[in-house]
Order: sequence, then C-alpha cells, then structure tokens
Amino acid sequence: MTDGMPDFSSLDTFPKLLRENVRVRADKPANREKDYGIWLSWTWAQVADEIRALACGMADIGVQRGDKVAICGDNRPHLYWSMTAAQTLGAVPVPVYQDSVSEEMRYIYDHAEIKFAIVENQEQVDKLLEIKDTLPHLKHIIYHFPRGMRHYDQPFLDLMADVQDRGRAFDADNPGFHETAVDQATGSDIAIMLYTSGTTGRPKGVMLSFDNLIITGRNGAIRENLTEDEGMLAYLPMAWIGDNIFSVAQSYVTGFCVSCPESSETVLEDIREIGPTYFFAPPRIYESLLTTVMIRIEDAAKIKQRLFHYFMGVARRVGMDILDDKEVAFADRFRYWLGNILIYAPLKNVLGLSKVRVGYTAGEAIGPDIFTFYRSLGLNLKQMYASTEASVFITIHPDGDVRPETSGTPAIDVEVKVADDGEVMFRSPGVFQAYFKNEEATRETKTEDGWVHTGDAGYLDSDGHLHIIDRSKDVGKLNDGTMFAPKFIENKLKFFPHIKEAVTFGDNRGYVAAFINIDLESVGNWAERRNMAYMGYTDLAGQDAVYDLISDCVAQVNRDLATDEKLHGSQIHRFLILHKELDADDGELTRTRKVRRAPIAEKYADLINALYSDADHCPIEAEVTFEDGRTDIINADLKIREAARITSARAEAAE
Amino acid sequence: MARNIGEVLLNVEGISISFGGVKALDGVSFDVKEHEILAIIGPNGAGKSSMLNCINGFYHPQEGMITFKGKPRHHMLTHEAAKQGIARTFQNIALFKGMSTLDNIMTGRNLKMKKNLLWQALYFGPALTEELEHRTKVEEIIDFLEIEAIRKTPVGKLPYGLQKRVELGRALAAEPDLLLLDEPMAGMNHEEKEDMCRYILDVNDEFGTTIVLIEHDMSVVMDISDRVVVLDYGRKIATGTPDEVRANQDVIDAYLGVSHD
Repeated sequence: MTDGMPDFSSLDTFPKLLRENVRVRADKPANREKDYGIWLSWTWAQVADEIRALACGMADIGVQRGDKVAICGDNRPHLYWSMTAAQTLGAVPVPVYQDSVSEEMRYIYDHAEIKFAIVENQEQVDKLLEIKDTLPHLKHIIYHFPRGMRHYDQPFLDLMADVQDRGRAFDADNPGFHETAVDQATGSDIAIMLYTSGTTGRPKGVMLSFDNLIITGRNGAIRENLTEDEGMLAYLPMAWIGDNIFSVAQSYVTGFCVSCPESSETVLEDIREIGPTYFFAPPRIYESLLTTVMIRIEDAAKIKQRLFHYFMGVARRVGMDILDDKEVAFADRFRYWLGNILIYAPLKNVLGLSKVRVGYTAGEAIGPDIFTFYRSLGLNLKQMYASTEASVFITIHPDGDVRPETSGTPAIDVEVKVADDGEVMFRSPGVFQAYFKNEEATRETKTEDGWVHTGDAGYLDSDGHLHIIDRSKDVGKLNDGTMFAPKFIENKLKFFPHIKEAVTFGDNRGYVAAFINIDLESVGNWAERRNMAYMGYTDLAGQDAVYDLISDCVAQVNRDLATDEKLHGSQIHRFLILHKELDADDGELTRTRKVRRAPIAEKYADLINALYSDADHCPIEAEVTFEDGRTDIINADLKIREAARITSARAEAAE
Repeated sequence: MARNIGEVLLNVEGISISFGGVKALDGVSFDVKEHEILAIIGPNGAGKSSMLNCINGFYHPQEGMITFKGKPRHHMLTHEAAKQGIARTFQNIALFKGMSTLDNIMTGRNLKMKKNLLWQALYFGPALTEELEHRTKVEEIIDFLEIEAIRKTPVGKLPYGLQKRVELGRALAAEPDLLLLDEPMAGMNHEEKEDMCRYILDVNDEFGTTIVLIEHDMSVVMDISDRVVVLDYGRKIATGTPDEVRANQDVIDAYLGVSHD
C-alpha cells in the first residue's frame, strides 16, 4: 500500500472519502482555479463546506435518491463539487459534453430522464431553455456564473450561490441530515453515468459504481506511486471517463490538488503556470505541441537550429535508454547532460512539462516519432489502452519497458485475453455495471462471468504487451482478399504533421482510397515560407503544390505498407484533400474526435464514387453547421490524385 | 427591457464646424439620454466622426453649445471630457502595438491613478496597493470581454477583430458614463460582428453605460440602437427610432440618391 492511503473498506464512496480527506489534510489545497488572472485555492475543509452547502441546498430544492442530475460546463471546481453533492444525496450525476449542440443534449437528457441540471453559464442555460419544452422530466436548472443572467426570471432557474445559501439554512434546520446522507450510500451504488460518444449509433449510458471508480483509481495510483503532492490540471471534458478517474477518483484517494484552467483557450498557458507532475493528454495535444515547436524552430536563427537538431539527434539516440535506466556510454551521457542544460530542460519548461513524473496518452494511436520525441527529452510518457466500460485502465506501459508500438501490459487486477476471432477482452474491478435502459447492449458487451468485449482487434505478444490493430468491425477485405485495416493506415497518414485527419476506404473494393484533411497550422506555415498566397482552409487545400506535398506523404505510407507482406496490397491508390475540416458539429467526428465512418460515407458518397472511377476531379456541395447552429453551403471542385505505389519484386517477376 | 432610459445626459445644440470652405457640420442638434444606445448614421463624409470629435473635445466647434451632465460649454476639452466620464474608440485602431493587451487596458486606468510619479517609481507602498486595485478592475474587463487567452500577447500580433475588442476594453477601463464608438464593427466578419454586438449590449445592460456609436452596417444599427440620428452633408436630416428612420423619405433619398428631373 502506498503511504498515506487510508483503509478503503469503510471509505467506499466519494462523500466518505471527502470526510476522510478533511480529517487527514484539512488545510492542504484540494482545488485551484484561475479567475480574474489569479490562482484561487480551496482547502479540503473549504471544499467539504461548499459541497455540504450545495448538497443540502439541492435536498431543499427536491433532489431525491436515485434522481439523475446533469452536469455541464468547462472544468470548474464548482461543477466537480456538484457531482459530489449529488452523490451525497444518492443522486446520480450525468456529466454532459459541454460543446454538444442542443439536439445531442436533448437525446441524453431525455434518455437519462434528467430531473435536475447544474450548468456553468448562460450559454448552457440557453441551450437547455431551447429544448426544455420537450423534456418533461427536467424540473430545475442551477447555474454557476451569473453573468448575462439578469433578465432570466424563470422560476425553475437558480444561481448556485443562492442554492448554497438555502443549503446552509436547511443544514441548520436539519442537523444530522447531511451525516446520515453520507453514511447511507455504499460502494456498490451507482456513482456516475457517462454517455459514450459512440462512433456508431446513439450514445449509451454507462453506469459505474463507486467501487468501480475508487478501486480502479486506487490501483492506478499504486502503480504510478501517486502521492498527495501531485499537481494536475483538469482540462479534458468532465463527461469523459478519464477526467473522472484522474481528476476526481485519484484526487479523492490520494488527496492531491486538482487545478482548473481559466478558460479552454488558456490551457497551454495554465499548464506552464501549474507545472503538473501527473499529466494526461490525447495524442493530438502532444502532436500540436510538437508542431508548434517545430514551426518556431524553422523560424529561429541558424545557430539555434543547428544546436537544436544536433542535441535532438543525441536525445533520439540515447535519451530513451537513459530514461529506461539502460547502459549508455559515458560520452553520450555527457552529451545528453549538456543537451539537457541547453535544449531539453528549457524546451520542457516552455511546454510546461518540466515537472511531469508520469504522462499518459490514450484514445488514439500516437505516432512513434512523436512518442519517442517526448520520451527522448526525458519525459516519462506512457501509452495506455482505456475504455469507459473499464473505468479507464486496461493496459499501461510499465516503467522501464515502454515500447511505442504496444499499449503496454495489463493494469493491476485487470485480466486481458484475446478471443478466437481476434477481439480483445478484459475483466477487472472497473467493469461497468450496465448500460442504462439498454439490456440488450449490456448483454452483447458483457458476458455472464464479467468479461467485456472491446470491439478492438489485437494480440498479446510473448512479453505480455498488448498490440491493438483496429476496430474489429472496421477491419475488412479488399476484393482480392487482402486484409484492410483502415485505422492502421489512417494513423500512418496522420503521423505526418501536415495531415490532420484521414479516412480510408477499401472494404469490398478493388483498392484503397483516402480522404485527407490537411493541418491548417502546419501546411499554412509551410505555404507562408514558400510565399504562397491562400485565403483559408478550402483555398489552401485545393492548391496543386499542397497536393504535391500530401502526395509525398502518401507515397511514404505506401512504401511502409509495401514492406509488410500482409498489407502490401492495401497501398493507397487514389486520394483527395477534403475542402473542409471534418467536424463534430457536422456529425463527422465524435466529441472525442474519432472518425464516424458511416455518416462520412453517406454524406460524401459522390466523392467516394469519384475515387473509384477514372475522374480526376469531383464537384461537391456541402452543408456546414456554424457554432450557433445555422447552416451554410460550401461549393468546391476537388481534385483527385493517383498515389505513387511500390510494386513488389515478386509481383514484377510474375509479370 | 429592464434598463430605464433616464434624463438627458448629453445635449448638443446648433453645432457647426467648417474646415476652410467645407462645412463639416451645420447646426446639428440632438440629445442623448442616460442608458440609451444612440446610433449616428449617414453616407461617407456626412460629418459623423466630426460630431464625435466635437463631443469629446478633439474638435472645437465654431458655433453651438455642448451640455454634458447639465454643464453647458461652447466646446469640450479632451482631458476634461475624459475626466467627466467620456471614453471612445477609434475608427482606425489606436492601440500601443508593442504593448500587451493587459498593459493597453491598464493605460485606460491612467486618469484614475492618484499616486504621484515618485510613489509609482518606488513601486512599493501605497502605489502598489493602488496598482493592485486597478489590476483587479482590468481583470474584470478581461473576463467580461473574454480575452483571457491574449492577456500577455502584444496587440500588434492580434487579429483585427480582437484588437477592436481590446480597444473597447481600454475605453471601458476608464469606467465611462458615455462611451463613443467610432465604427466598432468596420472590417469585421459576420461572427466577429455578432460578438461585438453582444458586448456592446452587455456593456449597456450590465454597467448602464450610455453609448453613442457610428456604424455603417444597417442591420447592426437597426438591431441594437434605441434611437438613430441621420446626418447628410453636415446636416441632421432625421432622428427617431430605427423603424421611424427606416421609413423616412429623406433618409431613403440620402442613401439611395434621388433623380433630379
């Protein structure tokens, strides 16, 4: 047991853990938030007071055991408190993605039978008011920020601070109410319900118990030796399971302080100021940090460029070995030491990653180049394989044995096996209870004895590392029988900084073809350095020079694929660059930015047909949705390119 | 609407100004009431900016009276206008390009700084306390305008729409009673305009600030203003609510032109 961790048998819910944290570390900071340019902090004792007032106020409003309470907004301490307050009353918090449009929200509110909503600000209130008439269950809305709300006089709207005042009065009138409520819940109760974004079909409500979250959080903390002194910035959506483990469960279990950014745009700045020791980011954040660094290096003076490239060469050669405590020659150790003073440490400092002890990445595959870049700088970055149904952890890279191509070994108490059809399955204390109001899906996903189907195809290697290939249902076959793993190819494409998103087609087709989204920042900078004029994404994406640039990337991917006997046939034959960026608001990506194949295939059927014809261009008329919900039509004429391919020696010999 | 339009805050009476042979303003009179949003519109060269320049004392009209907060004057003096609570933004952004957003907005507090140069040079002591008070106020404005992410960015590096927002922030830092906005939405795209409209309405609503604005985008003017004054060739040709002005034949003629036959 890690030191400082209490006996958990009696501390089986978050409200009970909160009480324990007040007992052990009342005056240590529990939350920080930047407001009006200053970091404010709340100690565990203060947090407990706030939550108590809120819980009592919610009880006064009428929140009952078993009620569903929606929570929606950016990461704010007050919203985290709302979750614990709801749990105190035995209600189930349902965090909702804050950037969802009204229609997506309507589905979740309706399906989950939400009675109460606790939201951040006017924007979220407006979205709810728009759909409130269609939600018979929704009784009351509590909002945190009063700005802009002066003229809202609906009786079912309340300011959170007012609710807390009512709560303090209620608490005084009903002594013992709060203690009884806290003691009433047990570990097997449902702690939270999270809607999975779902790359297919409607989102499903995953019900997780306190035991799921607390045991999994504790196991993760033990594996990484987390203590109450960790620093972490909670900036990923509260509706995502990872945030509930990293920023809630693990904070409650170990007692470390969770900081919330000032706004979603200031996250990078806030990371620098907080200097987290425990850090999670999806691959795209690491990618964009690296892209920014590379762009700035290309603009730097020649001498700086040389220094950077020389020492990055040293780091690439020996940095990973030094981090993994392997044997490295003295001369190289010295060079690395010098590089650390001149380049690595300042660079990590600029990125705000100086203090990071453990950095995680998950969600999508991270490019090996990006992964090794950070590790060679001495940053302990690890990949993991995670899912909502597992309360995050399935496998993680173990210290000292990190391999970019794998997802690591099973986490504590997690069993992983590969079914006969190649599907990865797991069983753990974090396995979800059920999908809400969807027994059929629950039965399909979870077996009688607790094994969960992940839907991912993969294999375990001889050292126990898990390799994930693709979504099982996405793996298909070309007409000639060649295996086609779309995500595998797309990831190879996306590892190029110029390519932001890619969608490949090929199942039941003669060859593989691809849609490409360029990365506006990276390609834009490339174009600027060549003095190319462009007016925006659509214009830049259509330029011949950009097609040449992307052509080279595709050709490189084809060369890679050609080396693999099984995938040799799945080289990309034709591609086009899309005229707009794929967007979650247009239903093309999930809120966690995963490609939704079916809607894309349907929406761009004309383009796909053109890819599988002789045409060298294809006109397109597409509807785009603006952030405020209005739509507009974009017209474009997309070019289609043939990609350079490698024909194998064997095939040539046969001809 | 919850805000109460109050008494007359500013009254201009028979203002005339000419530059050489050009009569920029010719006997223009109108008044602005507390808490209202008044738009001044008119074709190019109608004298709109000259009118604002007279109100905040940048130009001294040759004829007429300006009555602000009950005190009549023949002309305003710029420093007095600022002290009396008049702040403005400019048609061509007038920010300190090399300074950060924060520092630019801080300059708007300049008039409110009471400690002398010596104290300020010492930094510690009362000047520090004062600096912190002003910084708090500036942070409130940064929060209000949602520009936290560019707090430390030099404004010269910002896109145009954001620079306009910073300029509005600097004007707000003076906590004005009357805010003069010279084409706040010029050169903005649709989304930026919508944002700007929202901020102008919020300023008016939350702080009760009276606003006089010049704007060419008629949909904006008609949407957000309580009353409209129309100038043409230096003369006032109409005044009234947006609907009245829209229906006014002189205004239609001035904008569309009339055939002389």
